Amino acid sequence: MNRRTVLLLTTVTGAALLLPGCTGTGGSAKGAEAEAPDDPSKVGGTITVLTVRTDLVQDGTMKKYAAEFNRTYPKVKVEFQALTDYEAEIKIRMNTDDYGDVLLIPAVIKKDDYPKFFASLGTAAERGKKYRFTDFTTVDGKVYGQSPVGVMPGFVYNKRVWKQAGVTRWPTSPAEFLADLKAIKAKTDAVPYYTNFAAQWPLTSWTYVDGAVHCDPQATTKLAEGDPWAQGADLRVGDTLLYDIVKQGLAEKDPTTSNWEQSKPRTAKGEIATQWLGTWAIIQFQDAARKAGVNPDDIGFMPFPTRTDGTFCATVGPDYNQAVNVHSPHKEAARAWIDWFTDKSGYDKDNLAISPLKNAAMPEVLKPYEEAGVKLIELDDSAGARVKLIDDRSEIGIYKPEYRQDLVDLARGAKKGSLDDFLGGLGEKWTETQADVSD
Amino acid sequence: MAHAHTHPPSPRAGQTATGTGRPSAKDAAPAPAPAPRRARTWRLLTPWLFLLAPLTLLITFTYAPIANMVAYSFTDWDGVSPDLHYTGAENYAEIFTREDLFQVFWVSGYYLAASVVQIAAALYFATILSFDIRFRTFFKGVLFFPSLVNGVAIGFVFLYFFQDGGTFDTVLGLFGYHTDHAWLGTPVSANVSLAGVSIWRYLGMNFVLFLGAIQSVPGELYEAAELDGAGRWHQFRHIILPGIKPVLTLTVILSVSGSLSAFEIPYIMTGGATGTETFVIQTVKLAFRFNKTGLASAAAVVLLLIILLVTWVQRRLVPDDRVDLV
Repeated sequence: MNRRTVLLLTTVTGAALLLPGCTGTGGSAKGAEAEAPDDPSKVGGTITVLTVRTDLVQDGTMKKYAAEFNRTYPKVKVEFQALTDYEAEIKIRMNTDDYGDVLLIPAVIKKDDYPKFFASLGTAAERGKKYRFTDFTTVDGKVYGQSPVGVMPGFVYNKRVWKQAGVTRWPTSPAEFLADLKAIKAKTDAVPYYTNFAAQWPLTSWTYVDGAVHCDPQATTKLAEGDPWAQGADLRVGDTLLYDIVKQGLAEKDPTTSNWEQSKPRTAKGEIATQWLGTWAIIQFQDAARKAGVNPDDIGFMPFPTRTDGTFCATVGPDYNQAVNVHSPHKEAARAWIDWFTDKSGYDKDNLAISPLKNAAMPEVLKPYEEAGVKLIELDDSAGARVKLIDDRSEIGIYKPEYRQDLVDLARGAKKGSLDDFLGGLGEKWTETQADVSD
Repeated sequence: MAHAHTHPPSPRAGQTATGTGRPSAKDAAPAPAPAPRRARTWRLLTPWLFLLAPLTLLITFTYAPIANMVAYSFTDWDGVSPDLHYTGAENYAEIFTREDLFQVFWVSGYYLAASVVQIAAALYFATILSFDIRFRTFFKGVLFFPSLVNGVAIGFVFLYFFQDGGTFDTVLGLFGYHTDHAWLGTPVSANVSLAGVSIWRYLGMNFVLFLGAIQSVPGELYEAAELDGAGRWHQFRHIILPGIKPVLTLTVILSVSGSLSAFEIPYIMTGGATGTETFVIQTVKLAFRFNKTGLASAAAVVLLLIILLVTWVQRRLVPDDRVDLV
């Protein structure tokens, strides 16, 4: 019996050892193209579109888009799958061939591997003429994804509360910003700043101060080559501001039990004054205002409080990029959906977002930006893959919430140490890893 | 045999039918063999046939993944990329040379302490409720109820519970105790709170185990003991405790391994923030946040080995001797 058990276990182990060899998706379909169909009436098939917008799938908005799409492409049937924990679920599914026909490119896929998982949408030279953000998904001159909306990080704030505190113009430096938050604390009942510590991901968006601080389109390249927490570096400026906000008691009293869903109506009603998020959040906060019966126009949006040569700067970047599964049997139909959804669906306008089309106008909500002459820049992402590699390898996680949770804990005294040591330690770890990562 | 009439009888059938002649050794020797051999094969096979379904499930969902995990622990796989490299024992070397990976085990101390409280409480309630008292069944239900609730739901409920001005503060306020304490705010307070939730969650399971064990103690023993003038404490000390020793040992083993691998409550409630990260949360983060599936697998294997080791040591310290009450 004993010997048999051993034999059984050996067989199982042996079989399992062979398994890793079969994970992933061979190279057979590598380099496939998803070409745009010439004749919309001829292309057919059922395609599955994966999305993170559970809300839009549930309330039927996505179905409406599909019905509209069918007017041009009558033979294509579009089905939606909304994944709540997208990154984790898709990562496992991508070990098979079955991960929808159209999907959002997950962060876990290395850029070099894009051709193994996705069909190309065309060359960068050709697509770059019409669309923004092409270099975020370009590998060897070919583009693998297209974001339907552009997003811009910034502070979502309640205009009424800020006015009540006597602040009528955007702060122009971190010190001024802190002074304004203090005024809010002194003169109103609102929580000046809400970290959304428990939801974790809102802290991650502090990484997107990168580029805005010094108005530098090469900011991502600097992350790959230098110390992000060196004196005056973008991330240090951002992280120091977050630290100071919490340290000076300008954030919510107990960040550990903060609640994202509740923070929306509370901001709309003026119980919370400010949150660092992105343009995508504006519509959600306006909806929350409508539901709470307060004026949605109270929701304002402001850039990071620094100026370069007298002007504010804001970075515009892609949201999730849509791509065609390289194993999809209906690549033409899938491509048709991506093109239609990007160009004609109106999804960008419905979300008050920046259009990925180069010739489109800015959304209405960004009028104050135009008036204030905020300079919009697009970051060069050619070093983006390397930054992600350094980030994972070093386990720092600038695109993950942990280190900022530690930063907040440090600021409110739940963790011992000084800010300088903390940021210095991160910088040391980062630059050490840089040396190890060669590509 | 339906074919007996149409076919020539088999030698054996012929012999018995005619009843003549002594069966020669040559004829007889191979003859009895087929039937018993087939029967023996069947007899050997039958239990395995019954075991086929559970074994398939066990192998597919327990041993194959474990074997897979062991295999991944020797690679640098990121969890999704088609290519992965064999890196030998590098991951294990990293685990044992990186101090920070083991620091999180201190957090298990809180859960270990909690399980002592938990076992004591479960034992206390099980003893009391095994005697005849009023509303016995009701209290049993109350104690067991948390075990029926989904762990994720419990996490969310307690997140509200510990919120600033949440249920806990309200309840304390009812007793005139107004605290301004952020329960999940500091590492010590957060870990104590989480361990408290863990006690609440798993108490019912231990309680039911103890109750079952106590009730298997023959009732006459109590009667006899009472006649001899033994009080409740003596009954507990000399009858119940030795009577349930094997279950007690098992519970301690389960609690220790549970404390080392605490996961869902801290993961849902704090995500490991503010010094509440346990070893399993750390492993999950390595695998899914930093895409180091290889290293995370190695960490999981190490945890498995640690738990096996702890269990083995415990078994050596407390041998599983027979219960002999009389």
